[in-house]
Parts: sequence; structure tokens; C-alpha cells
Amino acid sequence: MNASAIIPTVAVEEDFRTRAHEALGDTQLRNNFRSAMDSLMTKRAASFSDAHEREHLRALGNAVRARALSKLPDLLEQLEHNLTRNGVTVHWAETVDEANGIVFSIIRAHEARQVIKGKSMVSEEMEMNHFLADRGIECLESDMGEYIVQLDHEKPSHIIMPAIHKNAGQVASLFHDKLGVEYTKDVDQLIQIGRRVLRQKFFEADIGVSGVNFAVAETGTLLLVENEGNGRMSTTVPPVHIAVTGIEKVVENLRDVVPLLSLLTRSALGQPITTYVNMISGPRKDHELDGPQEVHLVLLDNGRSQAFADSELRQTLNCIRCGACMNHCPVYTRIGGHAYGEVYPGPIGKIITPHMVGLAKVPDHPSASSLCGACGEVCPVKIPIPALLRRLREENVKAPDTPHKVMRGQGSKYSRKERFIWNAWAKLNSSPTLYRLFGFFATRLRALAPSNVGPWTQNHSAPKPAARSLHDMARAHLAKQGDR
Amino acid sequence: MSAKQNILAKLRNSLTGTTPVADNFDVELVTAPYTYAPEQRIAQLRKQMEAVHTEIHLTSGAEWPTLLAQLLQDRQLPSLLIAPTTPHGERVTQHWANNPTLPTLKAYDRPVEEWKAELFNDTPASLTTTLGAIAATGSLIIWPTREEPRLMSLVPPVHFALLKASEIRDNFYQVQQEFEWARGMPTNALLVSGPSKTADIEQVLAYGAHGPKDLVVLILEDQ
Repeated sequence: MNASAIIPTVAVEEDFRTRAHEALGDTQLRNNFRSAMDSLMTKRAASFSDAHEREHLRALGNAVRARALSKLPDLLEQLEHNLTRNGVTVHWAETVDEANGIVFSIIRAHEARQVIKGKSMVSEEMEMNHFLADRGIECLESDMGEYIVQLDHEKPSHIIMPAIHKNAGQVASLFHDKLGVEYTKDVDQLIQIGRRVLRQKFFEADIGVSGVNFAVAETGTLLLVENEGNGRMSTTVPPVHIAVTGIEKVVENLRDVVPLLSLLTRSALGQPITTYVNMISGPRKDHELDGPQEVHLVLLDNGRSQAFADSELRQTLNCIRCGACMNHCPVYTRIGGHAYGEVYPGPIGKIITPHMVGLAKVPDHPSASSLCGACGEVCPVKIPIPALLRRLREENVKAPDTPHKVMRGQGSKYSRKERFIWNAWAKLNSSPTLYRLFGFFATRLRALAPSNVGPWTQNHSAPKPAARSLHDMARAHLAKQGDR
Repeated sequence: MSAKQNILAKLRNSLTGTTPVADNFDVELVTAPYTYAPEQRIAQLRKQMEAVHTEIHLTSGAEWPTLLAQLLQDRQLPSLLIAPTTPHGERVTQHWANNPTLPTLKAYDRPVEEWKAELFNDTPASLTTTLGAIAATGSLIIWPTREEPRLMSLVPPVHFALLKASEIRDNFYQVQQEFEWARGMPTNALLVSGPSKTADIEQVLAYGAHGPKDLVVLILEDQ
């Protein structure tokens, strides 16, 4: 690897560590996350009170997703065929730039100025708000949490609860400063302020943008779940609706949605169902009185086909974006979502982001985990997240001359020194003679052990070899027994 | 090559030599725990919907217009949006004709573009029917039509919904099967399980986010 490729990697590495370190020192942030995650974990547990049902449902969810992925290209074509038949225009984009270009061309064709957006993580991947703002088009978030973070020029810190890092007092100050309303910490009043502002925006908007939770190939249906009604507003009120989604979101049959929907809402918020399940199968028909006149679907790849290419990493694409893995993650709970520096935080972010931005840009993602296994245990579609993290750690240190390229940016943490040490360690532990020799010197020269061993000694005391090795003591012990 | 061709080619290439995963959908799993005796269905639905602040009234095919009028007056709602050409819309019109002091009736009888401002700013309540409900999750099934359009159950702050007791089903799977949804979906189909809500600020649950602040369900026990 040449030097120019290493430099940006190091910069990002330091960024994550610095951000994580700062987050750990932010008491307010840590309190906000701790209490929110505790509450979300309790709610999820309560909604899956029958462990037997939960485990079978997770197995079914996994099977449904695995089946969909095993036929993905065919299902995508079937979805396009059925949506087109229903009057929906389907677009394909390999990159976020292409996807933004498609959205912008639709906006231009309608000479639109105002876009209102329901919640969509894919549009966050695209940084659609920025892209459109640069072109003089207002793109406003309408999910309450998304609206709050947008108002504060922030990004979501959680995929389900975007403003979870803020408490009511912080939202109160924000609304007071930005909207000129009277300061109030009353959550009901704050929500009513948001409702008033955004109703006007729903009313005015030329284009509504949304994500998709499940795209049903069999019927050509886009299914969206939400509690607030902003998703329904965004997809029903403006004359044009653009849905953006990843290519993995397709399921084969309408019935497949039944277990996935139950797993999604219970895992995310502990709800048996969300307030609204919105199934869209087409634009307004000629004789109908409302609904968008045009519906577009943008199918985005953005690195997903790279994950798809490897049968182990493909499981990453099972994800139904419930957020349970982050709610249960000891790392996420302590550092919050922003420290990750990317669209998807937490365990799922650590395994999906490298495919989107390249492993070299997020080299610390795979190792920012204690591998405690909580994420894998709660995942409703049984993604083996800890195993995938270990796999990414391997990809992260692959030698640059490895012929098989699994992913963009692989080998970004490769170090010849580290590789040499591991090779030496392996040799040492597989050769009895070398091992004894090492033990002999390590115990006798223990006074020479370094007191500073890099990052380890920042938080731990330095390891020091014992005066006598276990071998030595065991030998002595046995000899003593023999004397008796 | 187009983006579509590139994506599909990559995906197909990755699947070379593999066989699709078999479909072993376990129907029992999504139906057995969510099956109720007929006499339990209303109670189950009620429990789920009331848990999320839905107001539920038991009434009958003969009595509901009177109850509706009473509820409107109790809430001091100045008008009610109806779908005039539906059977229930006609019932309301008829009942109102005999009671001239009741709140004004508004008809959703023209494209939304012609009265969008009035719908958003001056339509405090609406009445729609439902295709039925799902007891397991406490969800109304709403399938908007030309006569009863989508925005009726979304924009007015108070939404009254009529539900025939005989049309309460057990679970979502059963509904899909009985109505043969897989063979054809309308432009928009909805499950509505309460008034609009959010917990986006500090996990505190607040009702009336963007959709209706109140959902009032009138269950017709004899129908």
C-alpha cells in the first residue's frame, strides 16, 4: 500500500477515537442514551414475552429474508414489472450520485421548489437534503425526530429515534431559538409546535419523498410503517411521491410481510404494530380524488451488491432496520450515534457501512465492539453480527497483495510489523522447543519488561511475566509429590 | 450498460451455482397465537386499541347516527366531513336532515386540489367506514376508494370510523388470505391502529403528531 492511501485512513481512525473519547466524557449525552436504551430494551422484552414464539418468529424472519435474497435479481424484476403495471415508475441507481440525479431530474420536470420528506435512511445515505439545498430546493424532514436534528444542522443519531441524543430541554431551547416560539419543555406542546409548522409544509410541498420498509414483489406494493402520520402525509398529499430504497428491501410474497412486520415493530419499539401500516400500490387513478398523480421508486445499490457477492457477508442484507442491535449495544449506549460518523451507527452500521463507503474510510468500525454478542442475540432476522464483525476484522488486515478482493478498502489496517509479530507468536506457540526457550528467558529477564505498551497501558497496568512459568511450577510440584 | 443491467448482472453473477432457498412459511406461527373465539374478538381489539388512546363505543346499526351526532356535539365540533355517496354517508345525510341543529356536513365530492386549503384548515372531523379490523394488533383496515378518498382518515384532527363487529378478523395473515390481497391491491391500503403518535422527544409518548389527534371507533355490534 502506498503512503497516500494510508494518510486519510489514519485521519479517519483518529476521528472515530476522538469522537468516541469526547462522547464518553459528555455526561448529558450518556445519560440521554442510557435512559433511552434501557427503556427500549425493556419495551422489546415485554413485547416478546413468549420466548418460544420469539425464537421461532426470528427463525421465520431469517428464512423469509434469506429466501428473498436467494432470488433477489428475479424478485427485483418482478417488483419492477408489477409496479410498472400499477403505474409506478421504477428507477435504478448504482451510486448515491446517480440516485440524487434521478430525484433531481423528477423535481426539475415538475419545476418543484419544495420537498417534504418522510423518514428515509436511504435518503440519508444520499445526503439528499444537502444535494437539493445546493440546488436551491428546500427539502424538509417531517418525522419529528428528523425535523429536530435537521433544525439543529445535525444528523440522526439513531435509525428509529433520530433525536434520541437530545432531551426535552434541549429541544425546547432549539425550538425557542430557531422557531421563535415561547420556551416550553412540555413534550405535548413541543410536538404541537412541530405539527403546526409541518402541516403547512405538507400543504405546500410539490414533492413528497419517503423510504420503504418492505417492497412486495408479488403485488408490486411499497409498505411503509410509522406512528406519526408524516409518512402518509408525504406519500399522499403532494402531487408527486418519490420512494427511495435499497435493492435488498424486496420480499417475495405479501404474506412474508406478516412475520417481518411483527418482528420489526416489536424489536424496534416494543409495539405490536405501528399506528400506520401504509401499503402503496400505485398513483392516483383517473377517477380518484386524492393521492399523488405520479409515484416513483428509486432502487439504490450503493455497495449492497458487494456485500451480496459473499455468501457470509450477504447476511448483512437481511436487515429490516429495527435498531434493536444498537439499543442493546454496550458501545453504542456509551458513545451514542454521532461518534460513528456515518449514516448507520451501532452494530448494523459497523457491518453495512464498510460496503457503502469502503473499509478504509471506517477502519475502526469492525473493532469498536466488545463482541459481547448482544446484537446477534436480539437481531429479529438473526444476522450473525459478531461473526460478521470478526470477518471484517480479517478483511481489514488482509495483505495488500491478496488476490481475492472481497470489499473496497480491505487491508486498510494491514501492518507488516503486526503481521510479523503474529507470525512469530504462532511459531512460538506451535514449537515446544521455542516455547520453552521463550519461557526461560521471559521469566529470567522479567525486569526488562516495558512499562509502556502503547494503548494497553493507557487504561491498564503493564503486563509483567511471572518469576516462574506455569510449566516450571508444575514440574516442581510433581517432583515434590514424587519425593513423598 | 444501464444501472439496472449492471446491478442485476452483479447479483446474478453472485448467485451462480446456488439454488433458491425453499419456501417453508410457517402459517401456524403467525396465526395460532393470534386466534380468538368470536366472542373475544371485540374485547381483544378494544384492549389493544384503548392501550394507544383510541376511543371505542359499542353501538348498533340503528343507533350509530344518533351516537355520532352526540359525540360531535360533546366535542363541540363545528362540522363533519363525509363521503356522501357511500351507504353510511347517506345515512348521516338522512339523519342530519331530520335534525337541523346538528354540526354542518361537508362532502368530499371533488378532487383535493379544488379544496385543499379548506381540508387542511377548516375540516375538524371526518367519518369513514372500514373494511374490518384485526383483533390481534387492534388495527382498522382502511381501503380508500374514489367515494371515500385517502385523506379523509388522515388530515382532519378527529377521525370517526365505523366498524361492523362481524368484520373483525383475528390476524393480519387471515385478512390477507380471506380478502385475497395477493391477487390485487388497491392504490392504497392501510392498517390504522390508533391516533397519530410519537415518542421522538425523550421517549415521551405524545398523541396528535401529524395525523388525527383522536380516533373514535363506533363498533356496530349487530352487524
